Amino acid sequence: MIPTYSYLVLGCILFSIGTLGVLIRRNVVIVLMCIELMLNAVNLILVSVCEPVFVFFIMMVAAVEVSVGLALIARVYRKFGTTDISTFGQLKG
Amino acid sequence: MIKKYWSGIAASLVVFCLFLVSISVFLRVYQTGPFEIYLFNWFSVGDFSVSWGLLFDTLSALMFMMVTGVGFLIHIYSIGYMHDDPNRGRFFWYLNLFIFFMLTLVLSNNFLSMFVGWEGVGLCSYLLIGFWSSNKDYLIAAKKAFVMNRIGDLGFILGLLVMILTFGSVQFGIVFSQAGLLPIGHISVVLIAILLFVGATGKSAQLPLFTWLPDAMAGPTPVSALIHAATMVTAGIYMIARSHAIYALAPDVLTVVLWVGVATAVVGAIIALRQSDIKKVLAYSTVSQLGFMVAALGAGGTHAALFHMVTHAFFKALLFLAAGSVIHGMGGEQNMYKMGGLRKLQPITFAVFLVGALALSGCPPFSGFFSKDAILLAIYQVSPWAFGVLIGVSVLTAIYVARLVFLVFFGPLRSDVHVHESPLIMTIPLVFLAVLAATAGIYHPEFEWVMVIITVSALAMIWWVTYSRYAVQVKDDRSDGFMSLDVVYSAVIVRPILVIARGLSTVMDQIVLDTAAKELGQTVVQSGESLRRMQSGSIGFYLWMITASVAVILIGLSIWPF
Repeated sequence: MIPTYSYLVLGCILFSIGTLGVLIRRNVVIVLMCIELMLNAVNLILVSVCEPVFVFFIMMVAAVEVSVGLALIARVYRKFGTTDISTFGQLKG
Repeated sequence: MIKKYWSGIAASLVVFCLFLVSISVFLRVYQTGPFEIYLFNWFSVGDFSVSWGLLFDTLSALMFMMVTGVGFLIHIYSIGYMHDDPNRGRFFWYLNLFIFFMLTLVLSNNFLSMFVGWEGVGLCSYLLIGFWSSNKDYLIAAKKAFVMNRIGDLGFILGLLVMILTFGSVQFGIVFSQAGLLPIGHISVVLIAILLFVGATGKSAQLPLFTWLPDAMAGPTPVSALIHAATMVTAGIYMIARSHAIYALAPDVLTVVLWVGVATAVVGAIIALRQSDIKKVLAYSTVSQLGFMVAALGAGGTHAALFHMVTHAFFKALLFLAAGSVIHGMGGEQNMYKMGGLRKLQPITFAVFLVGALALSGCPPFSGFFSKDAILLAIYQVSPWAFGVLIGVSVLTAIYVARLVFLVFFGPLRSDVHVHESPLIMTIPLVFLAVLAATAGIYHPEFEWVMVIITVSALAMIWWVTYSRYAVQVKDDRSDGFMSLDVVYSAVIVRPILVIARGLSTVMDQIVLDTAAKELGQTVVQSGESLRRMQSGSIGFYLWMITASVAVILIGLSIWPF
C-alpha cells in the first residue's frame, strides 16, 4: 500500500511543473497541456483523499473545456498562422 | 364662533386639567411628604445610566402649580388677544409645547432630563419670539435670544460633565447626598456651582447675558407674560434653588451669585427708567427683579427667592397682560409717549395695572411688599452693603413704575386712536391675576410695622414727585439706547471674532485646505495614471501576477501565527 503522503507529493510536483509550463512556454498548445496537467494534479490529490465521484465530474468538465480551447487555438492558427501566446493579445477589439 | 376659538379652547382645557392635577399633587406632598415616580430607563453607558422620573416635593409642586395656574390664565387671555391672527393654531401649539417642556424642567428627578426641559423651553422661546416671522427684526431678536441662551447652556453642559465625572450620576438624590460628603470649597463642587450659575445667567437674564430679554419683547404679549416674565426666566432661579446643597458647599460662589444679582438689579432698574416702549420697561424691570431673586439665592435666602419668584410671576404676568390690553386697545401702539389718559378709557385695565404696579413697587399690603421684604431681610444678614444697594434699586423700581403708570393712564391722550376696553375674555384673567398679585403675600405675613411706614411714606413721596413730571406735563426723557450693552458686545466680542474668522478663512480655507484638496486630487490622478500601465493586455504578465499573488498569500498564511 502506497501511503497517501506520496500521492500528495506527486500531485504537488505535477502542479508545479504545470504552473511553470503555463508561465514560461510561448506555444498555446503546450500552455493548454500544462493547464490540463495542473487540473489533473489536483484531481490526483482529490482522489487520494476523498470519494472519486467528484473527480469524474471534474474530468468530464475538463474534457469539454479542452475541446473549446483546442477549437479556439485552431481558429487562431488559421487566422494568424502561428500559435504563439502573444497573438491572443490581438484578439481584443 | 366655536370654530374660530377651538384651538385656544382646547389648549386652555389641557392646561386647566394640568392645574387640577398640580393642586392634588401639592395637597399630597403637603400631607404625606415628597415622592418620586419612576418612568423609564433612558439609556445606560457602561456603569452610568440615566432614568427618566418625576420628583414631587414642595419646590417642584409649587413650580408645577405656578406654571399651570399662570399658564392657564394666560392661555385664556390669549384666546382674546390672538383672536384675529391667522396662525393662532400654531401659537397655541407652541404655548402648549412650552408648558410641556417647562413641566419637564421642574418635575425631573435628575439634571439631564431637566436639561432636556431647559433646552425645550429655550426652543419654544425662540419659536414664540419669532412668531410674527414676517418681521425681520423679530427674527433677529429670536436668534439673539437663542444664541445668548446657548452661551449659558454651554456652562450648564460643562457643569453636567463635571458632575458626572465627580459623582458618576445626575440623579438629584445621589448627587446631593454624595456632595454632602465632600469638604466645603472642594474644587469639583466649586466648579459645578460656577458652571451651573453660568447656565442660570443665560436663562434668567443676569449680567452679562441679559441683553436678549428686552429684545424678546418682539413676541406676542402673552408670550412675554408667560415665558419672559413668569416661568421660563425663573428656571435659573429654580435650578439654583434645587441645587442649594451644592451651593452651600461653595460659599465663594455664593458671594459671586449675590453680587451678580445685585449688579443685574441695579443695571436693569436704571435702564428701565429711560425706556419709551411700555413692554421694554417691563422687560428691564423683569431683569431687575430676577437680579433680586438671584441676590437672595446668593445670600442663602432660598425661601425668600422662591417666594418672590411666585409673587413676581403673578404681578409681572398681570402687568404684561395689562400692557397687552393697553397695546390691544391702542391698536398695536407700544410707545408710551403716544398714550395717556387711558384710566377713563380702559377702567378695568387701569385698576388691575395699578394693583400690579403697587405690588411691583413693594407697597403694602400687596404681595410684592412681603416678598421683597423677605429678600432684603435675607440679604441684610449676609451683606449690609448689598442690602443698601438693593434699597436704592427698590426706590428706582418705584420711580419707573410710577413713570409708566402716569405716562400711560394719566394726562391727555397723545394720539388720535379710538381706544376701547378689551373684551371680557381678556379682562377676566386680568382680574384673577390681580387678586392673586394683591393677596399672595398673606401666605407669608411676616413684616415690621416700621418697614410698612417707611415704604408707604417713601412711595407716597415718589408718586407725588413723578406725578408732576409725567402726568401734569410730560417730560420727554426717553433714551432707548441708554446703557446699551449690545454696543460693547459688538465691539469687544463680535468684531474681533469676525476679524479672526476672516483671517482664518484666508489662511486656513483658501491656502491650507484648498491646496490640500488640490494636492490630494492630483496624487490620486497620478497614481491612477501609473497603475493603469499594469492593465497591459499581456496574458503572460497576468498569469505571472496571479501566480505570484497566490504564492505570496499562501506563504503569508503559512507563516502567519494562526
